[in-house]
Amino acid sequence: MSATNKPLVAVNDMAMTFDVSPGLLTRIVERKPKLFLHAVDGVSFEIEKGKTLALVGESGCGKSTVAKLMVGLYQPTRGSMTFDGMDAHATYKSATGLKLRERIQMIFQDPYASLNPRWIVEDIIGEPLKEHGIITDAAALRAKVGELLNSVGLSPLDMPKYPHQFSGGQRQRISIARALATSPEFLVCDEPTSALDVSVQAQVLNIMKDLQKQRGLTYLFISHNLAVVRHMSDSVGVMYLGRLVELADKQSLFANPRHPYTRMLLDAIPKMIDTGRARTAVQGEVPNPLNPPAGCAFNPRCPHANDRCRTERPVLRAFQGIKVACHAVEEGRV
Amino acid sequence: MTLLQVKNLVVEFPNRRGTLRAIDNISFDIAPGEILGVVGESGAGKSLTGASIIGLLEPPGRIASGEVVLEGQRIDNLSNDQLRHIRGRKIGAIFQDPLTSLNPLYSVGKQLTETIQAHLPVSNAEARKRAIDLLKDTGIPAAEQRIDHYPHQFSGGMRQRVVIALALAAEPKLIVADEPTTALDVSIQAQIIGLLKTICKDRGAAVMLITHDMGVIAETCDRVAVMYAGRIVEIGPVHEVINRPAHPYTAGLMASIPDITQDREYLNQIDGAMPRLNAIPVGCAFNPRCPKVFDRCKTERPVLTNAGATRAACWLVDQPGAAA
Repeated sequence: MSATNKPLVAVNDMAMTFDVSPGLLTRIVERKPKLFLHAVDGVSFEIEKGKTLALVGESGCGKSTVAKLMVGLYQPTRGSMTFDGMDAHATYKSATGLKLRERIQMIFQDPYASLNPRWIVEDIIGEPLKEHGIITDAAALRAKVGELLNSVGLSPLDMPKYPHQFSGGQRQRISIARALATSPEFLVCDEPTSALDVSVQAQVLNIMKDLQKQRGLTYLFISHNLAVVRHMSDSVGVMYLGRLVELADKQSLFANPRHPYTRMLLDAIPKMIDTGRARTAVQGEVPNPLNPPAGCAFNPRCPHANDRCRTERPVLRAFQGIKVACHAVEEGRV
Repeated sequence: MTLLQVKNLVVEFPNRRGTLRAIDNISFDIAPGEILGVVGESGAGKSLTGASIIGLLEPPGRIASGEVVLEGQRIDNLSNDQLRHIRGRKIGAIFQDPLTSLNPLYSVGKQLTETIQAHLPVSNAEARKRAIDLLKDTGIPAAEQRIDHYPHQFSGGMRQRVVIALALAAEPKLIVADEPTTALDVSIQAQIIGLLKTICKDRGAAVMLITHDMGVIAETCDRVAVMYAGRIVEIGPVHEVINRPAHPYTAGLMASIPDITQDREYLNQIDGAMPRLNAIPVGCAFNPRCPKVFDRCKTERPVLTNAGATRAACWLVDQPGAAA
């Protein structure tokens, strides 16, 4: 990421802790302590206007919590997010919060669960426009909804239909049209194509790229699929157990992954070419986030772990043009 | 010598408004020790094909015609009782979600020994010993202790290993694995695929691997069948189908997958969506989406014919410059 442009979005040491303690009575009777889940544990990144930052990681690494924090569905327990120069979470709660929500919208993973089955498409896409008081006139609203449907490759004739009359890919386009209704600048996309078949995924990804070009949109693109990430992003953050372990521009990350976890993820992907190749065995599983290992969270699975890795937690530091949180990389052991 | 033969299988779902044909006349076979991949998009009929082979087709779905032959014996017309002896003993099954395929109320050891003793005449002690060996073979650490644990005490990847151990319990000749890695993270997926491959090779079991993930197919299978709207549109050796697809649908499908090794501005997309069962077009089912469609495709239905090293159901195959 170049430092020339002022970033549109800047996240600074954001953290989200969930209280997952047993009930008060159990705690007293069984003398159990309070229990906290550190879903996101201090992540920092910036996204320039018109660019896409992708977050990748396996289930439970905190990707989706970051997404929900950014759109204000959660209040961070620590840290902050700056959007266009203002503190986003302070603004969400203030009188101008609605104005900010107009500029930041979200696309969810499951197109079956994120559309109200009892509403027709016209109401689904028109709701944000009414809610934000952008268009109140019924005829103008219909015209705008029709225009939005066109922009995602659907027809204005689809307005009186219900979500169940559409396929998965078409539903996801309706979600995108709804997210675009308020003309946002920043879209948080949480696994937007994970529930779709590949040929349909290609349609949705192409539309998202077109829209980004036409409208200068900025994306936070969350996915567990590294191939999709490579296709969509400008820079990539790799998350593991609530922290960023590597943050780099796309070219560097895929050409020269530094963090052992990034390497492992890239290695684990089944390759289309070179059929029949035995791939490097990946050891172990993601540890329980309630009881993460001391030091580097990746140390039990890391082939390069030493005593320092087991005791001292590495921080994300600039390293040869990228950012990485790994003792072994810094010491030149990898 | 083939292990499993599926001949002209047709699966139908009768309903008030007529009969929906979900699987339309498919034929393929699997040799002993071979891994056959079945790939396609949601609704193509992959899972139904698997279910009809195991005899787990849910009513009102039924096999309307065709045959499933396992080791020379027809198994599609057997009674439920007779099928029970074949399921588990001769055909093992692995499903997508490891949590729902295990009984949460029994320890994994109980489930394993029950399966073993249902099919093999062994004592309790012998069954338990076999169960521990199976867990060890599937890569579960501390199998002697883990055998008495319940499914909820295992992680997703470990649970899928238990499910694989269950499928292997009575040493079946054929394993039908329906999206065995779809619910798992990539790093765990790699482990499970590796396990499935080695364990089947060691035991000489054939596998029918159903998945929508072309990468998994590329890495695991010997041959692959590509399904579209209830029919097989192309079948052949994996590297041939991937590198030199003969059917325009296979070609489009391959081109629409984002590539981890290179950058492309746009993905190739196949416009439209797979037809619904009640609106399958006349002629080739793919014709409304096909970039190379011509008159014959709209009237006549193509059948699988030799196309180089693979077989494809497309009117273009005997003409030069087919798909690609």
